[in-house]
Amino acid sequence: MTTTRTHAATGTGRIGDSPIRPDGLLKVRGEFAYSSDLWTEGMLWGATLRSPHPRARLVRIDVTPALRLPGVHAALTHVDVPGAKCYGLEHPDQPVLAFDEVRYQGEPVALVAADDPETARRALAAIEVEYEPLPPVVDAEAALRPDSDLVHPGGNLVRHVRIRKGVHDTPDGVPELPEADVVVSGEYRVGMQDQGFLGPESGLAIPAADGGVDLYVATQWLHGDRRQVAASLGLPPEKVRLTLAGVGGAFGGREDLSMQIHACLLALRTGRPVKMVYSREESFFGHVHRHPAVMRYRHGARRDGQLLWVRAEIVLDGGAYASTSAAVIANATTLGIGPYRVPYVAVDGWAVYTNNPPCGAMRGFGAVQACFAYESQMDKLAAALGLDPVEIRVRNALRTGDTMPTGQVVEGPAPVAELLRRVQAAPPAPPTPTGDLRHLPGGVGNTTHGEGVVRGVGYGIGIKNVCFSEGFDDYATARVRLELIGGELTASVHTAAVEVGQGLVTVQEQIVRTELGVDRVTLRTADTSVGDAGSSSASRQTFMTGGAIKAACEQVRQQVLSRLSSAAAANPAAYRFVEGKVLAGTEVVADLAELVGDQPVEATAEFRHRPTQPLDPQTGQGDAHVQYAFAAHRATVDVDTELGLVKVVEIVTAQDVGRAINPQAVEGQIQGGTTQGLGLALLEEIQVSNGVVLNPSFTDYLIPTIADTPPMRLEILELGDPQAPYGLRGVGEPPTISSTPAIVAAVRAATGRELTRVPLRPEHIAGVTAAGEPSPGER
Amino acid sequence: MEFLAPTTWQDALAAKAEYPDAVPVAGGTDVMVGINSGRLRPSALLDLGRVTDLTDWGLDGGYLRLGAAVPYRRIIEELKDKAPGLGMAARTVGSPQIRNRGTIGGNLGTGSPAGDCHPPLLVCDAVIELASVRGVRRIPVTEFFLGPKRTAVAPDELIAAVLVPPADGPQQFAKVGTRNAMVIAVCSFALALTPERGWVRAAIGSAGPVPTRAYTAEQFLTEALQQDGFASRSGRGDVALPESVVRRFGELVAAAASPIDDVRGTAAYRRHALSVLAQRTLRWAWESYRGRGDRCT
Repeated sequence: MTTTRTHAATGTGRIGDSPIRPDGLLKVRGEFAYSSDLWTEGMLWGATLRSPHPRARLVRIDVTPALRLPGVHAALTHVDVPGAKCYGLEHPDQPVLAFDEVRYQGEPVALVAADDPETARRALAAIEVEYEPLPPVVDAEAALRPDSDLVHPGGNLVRHVRIRKGVHDTPDGVPELPEADVVVSGEYRVGMQDQGFLGPESGLAIPAADGGVDLYVATQWLHGDRRQVAASLGLPPEKVRLTLAGVGGAFGGREDLSMQIHACLLALRTGRPVKMVYSREESFFGHVHRHPAVMRYRHGARRDGQLLWVRAEIVLDGGAYASTSAAVIANATTLGIGPYRVPYVAVDGWAVYTNNPPCGAMRGFGAVQACFAYESQMDKLAAALGLDPVEIRVRNALRTGDTMPTGQVVEGPAPVAELLRRVQAAPPAPPTPTGDLRHLPGGVGNTTHGEGVVRGVGYGIGIKNVCFSEGFDDYATARVRLELIGGELTASVHTAAVEVGQGLVTVQEQIVRTELGVDRVTLRTADTSVGDAGSSSASRQTFMTGGAIKAACEQVRQQVLSRLSSAAAANPAAYRFVEGKVLAGTEVVADLAELVGDQPVEATAEFRHRPTQPLDPQTGQGDAHVQYAFAAHRATVDVDTELGLVKVVEIVTAQDVGRAINPQAVEGQIQGGTTQGLGLALLEEIQVSNGVVLNPSFTDYLIPTIADTPPMRLEILELGDPQAPYGLRGVGEPPTISSTPAIVAAVRAATGRELTRVPLRPEHIAGVTAAGEPSPGER
Repeated sequence: MEFLAPTTWQDALAAKAEYPDAVPVAGGTDVMVGINSGRLRPSALLDLGRVTDLTDWGLDGGYLRLGAAVPYRRIIEELKDKAPGLGMAARTVGSPQIRNRGTIGGNLGTGSPAGDCHPPLLVCDAVIELASVRGVRRIPVTEFFLGPKRTAVAPDELIAAVLVPPADGPQQFAKVGTRNAMVIAVCSFALALTPERGWVRAAIGSAGPVPTRAYTAEQFLTEALQQDGFASRSGRGDVALPESVVRRFGELVAAAASPIDDVRGTAAYRRHALSVLAQRTLRWAWESYRGRGDRCT
């Protein structure tokens, strides 16, 4: 993979350097201990019995045949859940173990603990469950109709978000939009993407002498898990202690609980440590997915290309339980017109219950679906007006001081036009090399030697909110301790912030080295014995935990300066901590080790971003978001137009990251995020038929391989947000958002087909109808 | 579960006779996936990893004889000139790790309709050598595949070898997958051309319950080549195939398939793609025959 700026691991490990990840070598060598590698003496293996039906009445469960098997130590059902029977991130509607009715295929019904995994499997098979299958509700739009069966007694609507900017509705509810010179409309669909993380759900629960439990687990939010686990165990939170185990990827899929409560229930019941590890197939049923979407858009513009109004209706299929659907639909709608200035906006979005697999958080969180629709619309508008696709975007590009559809004013840099111009200005992708099949669509399949291959170029730009929104009290805690260990000055950091692969471990060390001028920094394992760090999601953890560590370091510095002199303590800004010395200007005024001596300095800080507001339920107005982040993509593809196969030749992307704390990690995020967006464009879909998943395996749920991943040219801007620690801007999600529409636009350019649904399928690209004959291109 | 680990071929055959339900395992790239997923729980595993002569290949009469445990990687590296169609197919299998472990005998034994090696074996009239304590029998590959994951191997038999006539003309293999590597075939197609002997072989994979020869298409093309005198014309030279012949060949190949709609693709797309692959591979093979070889492999 080539980039214009390739950062080898460099520097002394301060902010702006790219130090080697402490877990990097271990992971490359296969020596890193993931949560699935946990082991302890005398542990049992837990396993989960899951519903084969997407919707059924639970008539009877009998676990006694399982309990009769030798080596089986417990078999539990919903009656064995001592506390809250349901859990959930926003709305506790998901049963720990099903009762009365199962609402999706794969819903947990019973648990067993046994001496070994094979005995546990046999025990599951021995459990007798009588189901009365019911017709599943599987169409999200039909589920909103009054005559639909109800997935939950309270109705099928999770949340309706209504946004009106400069628009009033007629008495019968139709938004009144001004006359436009040109109107383009389209209906767009997004399939169900999976996070596809490699480390399956797993953890180890160990019962404790105090009647509590210690849980070692791969998650995204230790305290968020603890709150829900404790409630269902009927224990006070302090008796439920969580420690982070090695996380094999997350991408939102570990925000909701999976095996956490289950393993704890089994451990407390048996008095033995219990390990649970999902198989790959089970993992597809063990976590939420990206919401499938149906989106109807109309854009009205003046003849010169200036957007006048946007009308959008977005329906997200939330599946059987709420998870984070209410927040996802808020993102899809508040960010639903993209990074554009539009005076009149009417957006409605609905998150809906169905009996499909539950959907929730995945990288991009609602912004992904909308971006595919609004960017497809921008291309359509460009074509209708005879304008260049970049030109029409630039003419409407959001700028600092502009107003979002929610009325929120965009503060800080908003380099939308610049990002677009930069990806456009990059030199064109090189011609396809000859002689190596791997450069052609179809790859080593030897499907073309150039026949039918047409090149296309497409653009996309997206917008994402960073941190939690809508008035949520979003904070992070960090404890920093400075002491002499063996005569050497050592800083240690303790947070509950989760490393999911994004590189937070390195970032934490870099901030401490920079703030305290100390080389030796140790990270304590993340656990719940320190305050809440919030979730490793919403591109927020470097911002939030980074901010908390910075604040804790500032308090440590203040304490150190007070040891120097009261004058120094009164004027901390005059002092810098560099390489173990305290400097006033360029003069060394003290040795840090001497000041610390045998009296360690410790500080714990909580960091909050600026407050946000809820959305007005009638108008969707409100300063709901903390920070906006932008990325633009230019995709170049070679399409075998006869077979409908695609080779992405090159991707150029530009993103403002405010400040790159670790440039190499930033590049990794951008490359990985872009590739995940490529997956949604071309490959990744959980296929669901009448509530049943058809492809729960990596054999048929295809994620991009290196042969599908193009060279990327990265342009990383560091424009600095004055409201953020170090000026940084969340990095992880924006690349995933706009790479999808850019790639689809490129395939459209090559084929002339409209292509309104992702992932694209070969038969759609080649235009093969049910009759088998390719239809002519539509443009 | 019994684990049988014979060190000689005779012991392996004896073990299979004693444990007819034993599942043979060599590279393990299919068997272990089945076991790990919980779908496969055989009463016994018969590990062939210690039977070293299964991993050899050599000449046997007029045939190239591949031991059943020859891995894909060696087919690609060592046999790409002698069995080019098979080499191309082996190249499309899985990842480098899979190609190091997976074997041609395993591909046959699994008997998947999507097995990558099956169409090229069909077009070169390969022979499968099956052995048991009762003796050795050789069957044409056309008689090997009985249904999805059902083969002609008897319960007490093991696949000993695959016998492949060395290529005497251009061979091609092409496989459509939605991903550019490491993908199970949506459909695949193999072609062997030996115009001197006036015959054509064409075979289809992953578009029906078993991999199958496209006999009508073969016959059409054979006759077209003979009628127009392509095969007998000396100097090969400048003779291009008429587009009408190429197109008709594609149509007949598509018609020979019996595909279904599934998660990997629609039946209509499979037929369409087979037609495209048939036409393209025919042009490549013909170009190669004319001596202007398209070396893109």
